[in-house]
Parts: sequence; C-alpha cells; structure tokens
Amino acid sequence: MMQAGVKTDGVAASYGNFQLTALVALRMLIGWHFFYEGLTKLLNPYWTSAGYLSEAQWWFQSMFLNLAANPSALAVVDFLNAWGLVFIGLGLMLGCLTRAATIAGIVLLALYYIAAPPFVGYAYSMPAEGSYLIVNKVLIELAALLVTLAFPTGRLVGLDRLIFWKSNPGTQALEQAHA
Amino acid sequence: MTDESGGISRRDVLKALASIPIFGVFFYGFLKKKGADDFRREEILSELGVTERGPAVIPDAISRPPGERIRVGIIGFGGEGESLVRHAGFAHPDWIEDARLAAEEDPRNKRLQTYLDQEDLNIAITAVCDLFDVRAERAIAASQVDVRSGGGAQMPAARRYRHYTDLLESGDVDAVIIATPDHWHSRITIDAVNAGLHVYCEKCMTRTEEETHAVYDAVKNSDIVFQLGHQNRQAESHIKAREIIDANILGPVSLIETTTNRNDPVGAWVYEIHEKGSPQTIDWAQFEEPAPNKVPFSLERFFRWRCWYDYGTGLSGDLLSHEYDAVNQILELGIPHSAVASGGVYFFKDGRDVPDIFQAVFEYPERDLTLVYSATLANGKWRGQMYMGHDATMEVGGGLTIRAEPQSTRYEQKIQDGIIDPSMPMFTYRPGFKGFDAVTSATEEYFASRGLLFTYRGGRRVSAYHLHIKDWLDVIRNGGEPSCNIDRGFEEAITCHMATKAYLEGRKVIWDPVNRRIV
Repeated sequence: MMQAGVKTDGVAASYGNFQLTALVALRMLIGWHFFYEGLTKLLNPYWTSAGYLSEAQWWFQSMFLNLAANPSALAVVDFLNAWGLVFIGLGLMLGCLTRAATIAGIVLLALYYIAAPPFVGYAYSMPAEGSYLIVNKVLIELAALLVTLAFPTGRLVGLDRLIFWKSNPGTQALEQAHA
Repeated sequence: MTDESGGISRRDVLKALASIPIFGVFFYGFLKKKGADDFRREEILSELGVTERGPAVIPDAISRPPGERIRVGIIGFGGEGESLVRHAGFAHPDWIEDARLAAEEDPRNKRLQTYLDQEDLNIAITAVCDLFDVRAERAIAASQVDVRSGGGAQMPAARRYRHYTDLLESGDVDAVIIATPDHWHSRITIDAVNAGLHVYCEKCMTRTEEETHAVYDAVKNSDIVFQLGHQNRQAESHIKAREIIDANILGPVSLIETTTNRNDPVGAWVYEIHEKGSPQTIDWAQFEEPAPNKVPFSLERFFRWRCWYDYGTGLSGDLLSHEYDAVNQILELGIPHSAVASGGVYFFKDGRDVPDIFQAVFEYPERDLTLVYSATLANGKWRGQMYMGHDATMEVGGGLTIRAEPQSTRYEQKIQDGIIDPSMPMFTYRPGFKGFDAVTSATEEYFASRGLLFTYRGGRRVSAYHLHIKDWLDVIRNGGEPSCNIDRGFEEAITCHMATKAYLEGRKVIWDPVNRRIV
C-alpha cells in the first residue's frame, strides 16, 4: 500500500491515499469558506462586526460589547477579522504556513463561538439558519480545524512542501521509501 | 532519512501547487457572482440616479465659528425643556451622573459621549421661568453645569423669573426657548416677538386656529428668527428622502401612510407625578390662565397636561405634527384641501379627553394624493412611514428603504430581466451603518426609529435636537432661513387643527385658501 508520511513536531504521521485526500479536501474546504467570508467582508463597505458583537452573550459579553461600542476598537476588529479570514483561508487552501493558519483559524472560530454560544436560555435577534443546541456549525468547523492540526497535510500537499523543504527534507524520502 | 542532495523534484512542485485548480474554480465562481451582483447594483443605481452615500447637501452641516455669545432664556423646564437645554450644551448634573453610570454598565449607551461630543454653541442660559419650583431649580443647576458639551466653559447661574413677561423684559436674554404646554405657546411667542427676542418654540406651534394666525402675523411682521421645534428637519434620512422624491424614483405618489405606534404609559403621556408637586410648589393659577376651562388644582393635569384639550390637542399636535412635518419636509405638501378624523378614548380611560386611538385622512387633490395618519397608543407594532408610488414604495425612518412595485411601468423591463427583484429592497440607505446604539425605553425607541432623537453627519451620531437648535442660532448670527420657519409652522399648526376640528365636530373640514380659514 502506498503510504505518505511526514514528520512534524516530532510526531510521525503516515497516511494512506484515501486518508490524505480526505484530509486535504477538508483543509481546502475550510480554507475556501474562510477565504470567501473574508473577501466578501473586504469588498462590502457596509460590513461591520458591530451587529454580531452587540449580540454577544455569556462570560465575555462585556468584552465584546466594549469592542463594539468603541469606534476605533471596532475598526481594528473589523480590519483584523476580514484580513484574518482572508489570510487563514489562503493559508489553508494553499497549504502555506498551514500550521499557523490552522491555529489562527481555531482562535478566530473560538472567539465567534464564545461570543454567541447556542446555550439554553440565550436568545439572539439574528435568526440562525439551522437549529442548534450547544453545538453549532462554528463549533464543528473548529473541531474540523483541530483535526487538520492533528493530522497536518501542508507539507505533503501544499506550498509548505517547498517552504519547509530545507527543514523537513525527509518528506520525499519517506514517500519514496513507502512507495 | 535526510537527503541533502535530493533537491526539489517535479513531483514536489506538483504536490505543492495542488490547490491551484481549486483556486481556479474559486475565482471563477467568485468573479461570476461579484460581476452579477455589481452589474445589478450599478444597473439599479444608474436607473435611479442617486447614490447610496449620505445626502449631497446637508443644510448647515459645516460648522461656522460661533460669533458673539447669545443669551438664551428657557421658558418651561419640563421633560422637553430640559432635553432642549441639554442638547444646547447644558445638562443637569444628575443627568450627567446617570448617563455616566449607564455607560459604565452598558458601553453601548452613548448618551454621555454624544452630549460631550456636541459642539459648544457659545450660548449662556441666563434666565429661566417655570411654574414648578423643583423644575426651576433644575434649570438653574443645568445653566451652571461644569461638564459642558464641546468643552465649553462653565457659565454663571440663570436667574429665575416667576412670570415669563418679567423674563422677556429683563434685558438678560437675546432669545428664548419656549417649551411650555401648548396652551401657552402663542401668548409667549407673541410677547417675545414684541420684545424683539428670537424664538425657538416647541411643537405644536399653537393650540387653536386663531392663535396660529396671531403668531404667524406677529412673526411675519418682525425681524426675529423663529424656529419651530421639529428636529426631524435635521434627520439625514429625511434629507435623503427628498433626494429620492426629486429624482422621481417612486413614480406618482398617490398615498402616504404615516403612523404612531406606542404601547406604554409614558408613550401615552402618563408621566410621573413629582412627589414635591403641591399647590405650594406649583403656580396653578398661572398654569391654567390661558386654558379655556378653569378647574381646581390638579397634579394630573399639571404633569400630564397632554391628556387634555384644555392645554394641548392630543395626538394631533403632539405626534401627528411630527409625522406631518416630516412628510411636509420631504414632499412640500403644504396645507391639505380637507381633513376627516375619528378615534376615541379606548384604552387609557384615566380621565383624559383626548383620544388614544386616532386616525386622520387629508386630501391633496391638486397633488393627486392622500395622506393618512393612523395612531394608537395601545399597540407598539412597527408601521413605517410609507410613500406609495406607482413604481416603488419608500419607507422612511431612521434610514430609508425602497422596494420596486411588481406592477411598475418604469421598472417593468428590469424586473423582467431579473435585475430588480420586487421582493427585495432595491435601494437601502442606512446612515451611521457602522456602529450601533443602545436605546433604552420604548418611547425612546419610537422616537429614534422616526429620526427624532438622533441622526448622523458624516457617519457620526449627532442629536437631532442639537442640530435643530444650532440651525436656529446659526440663522440668528449669520442670517438666512431656519429649516422650520414660521411658514412651515403655520402649515403644521393648521393641518393639525384641521384634524382636531374634524374629530371634535365629527365632520369633514375644508381649508379655504382665499380667506385662509378652516371651514
């Protein structure tokens, strides 16, 4: 059986072709989603995170409300959010600095989640597009990113293969060895 | 494991660039979608001939250096009077403390910041007249507050006058703000004009038709600056709505529907009765002096005067007046040909004689349109101000939304081509779209939704009251016409009184433009 493997952070991983294809597909789909979310925000002059932040609930409510209420803080949040989404999306799709992009994506999704968790007793004026109890799509996407962090593919299929060529030259050898 | 000599193979490059086809698909889809969206937008905007930006011309948006200090007297320091004085840059210290606490509790509450950000109008509140001791004292405290708008300096305390005529003759004031109950408006305005003072008078301009003529004649025969307190004149969305009308986007407008929808006691004028209110602290005789019916001392009547025809005109002068003036601002309708009205006291059966459910219909045959006003104080369901044209419907509030009519003649082709979707707004205008505001009470929400509390200038939130007072002061200093001058005031008062007369007499009333009388 053809195997692909990579050594990252001291953990050796080796995937079968089906596994690798599935992992790369997952990474790219999440990347696509981030990238498009970011681009639409950048291109829409009317977009602002204020509406989302103003709906914040739970422990971090006051932090999010403070951000929303302060025009300069809001401008920073809007900027970071839109460009963050774009770069995370690019990173995941291209497999470029994949690990950093994945971690940043997890952090961003965690912020979205804790701002508006679908807990019992929390009501939001913006309608959700589905029915959620504790678990929503943000949380699932976050978990999917955890999977891509645990089973990295950037150095196999992605620009990281070239970026980290010097530091991780064993990839090719490993692949060939398993061939 | 390491293979330093291996180099980068073709296989590595292929695997590194494996996502490129996906990018191809992404950008194909993205550009196609964006192209279609942009095409629709541009097609619609070029068809309409307006931009989604703020109104091109905002009267008096450019601040001019305030000239010499204007000495202002405040006559009537109830809820509205205190609000006007605060928006002129003098908040009561208690209000500042409340607003500070509210902002600490909820950072969305921007009351204090909006107050501090207001321009210093370079005025002093030098005199106050109020018939209730507590309120007069509040006015004095506000006049010498040390936390001023725009970093303005602390001013000396205002002097209290027990009778407004003493205030007018004191020589201490150049201009007066009249925020008394309606039954006092005309007398104080006329006396102020005769004393050569500029006047900012709250709506409704008068309580009766006769008073309206008297005020009109007095102001017209003087050179003072008169401003009626319809702060909606400053709302950015209303100025934008005029652009929409001028661009004839709606086609022939045959029906305008405007409403009042409130459902809380304060919204129905059941105001708090002050614990210190008593015959000792309130000059009752003076309060009811111009009222048609004299009654024994009544705390309800003093604090909730809007509920009785003796002092005001109920929904007509109180809230129809705002709605009418907004429509008059946008369409320049003037006085209607006729009015019918009906309603009753159906919910707040607390001894009031003004209706809490009130409907009025005005005909403008020369403009081929009808104006409908529909009001309830016992249901808060949102009903926007609708301008209904053959080609499109415009809803105006704090913002503005236009939907094409499915049967429109003008947009027929674009609807067929799928460029305009009648089920979606064809044009939306949201001033101050970045950032949001916390609005506290139901009544405040009502006012905010109708552009009466605050508006926007260049995306920044500003109080509409503040801009309206500034508009008045600018004209006093630099000449010109205030945005709600005596002509607009005359139209407002006559229209409201037509509705009141139609309701009280149970018949259709007509405006006789030759003799200038309601018949």
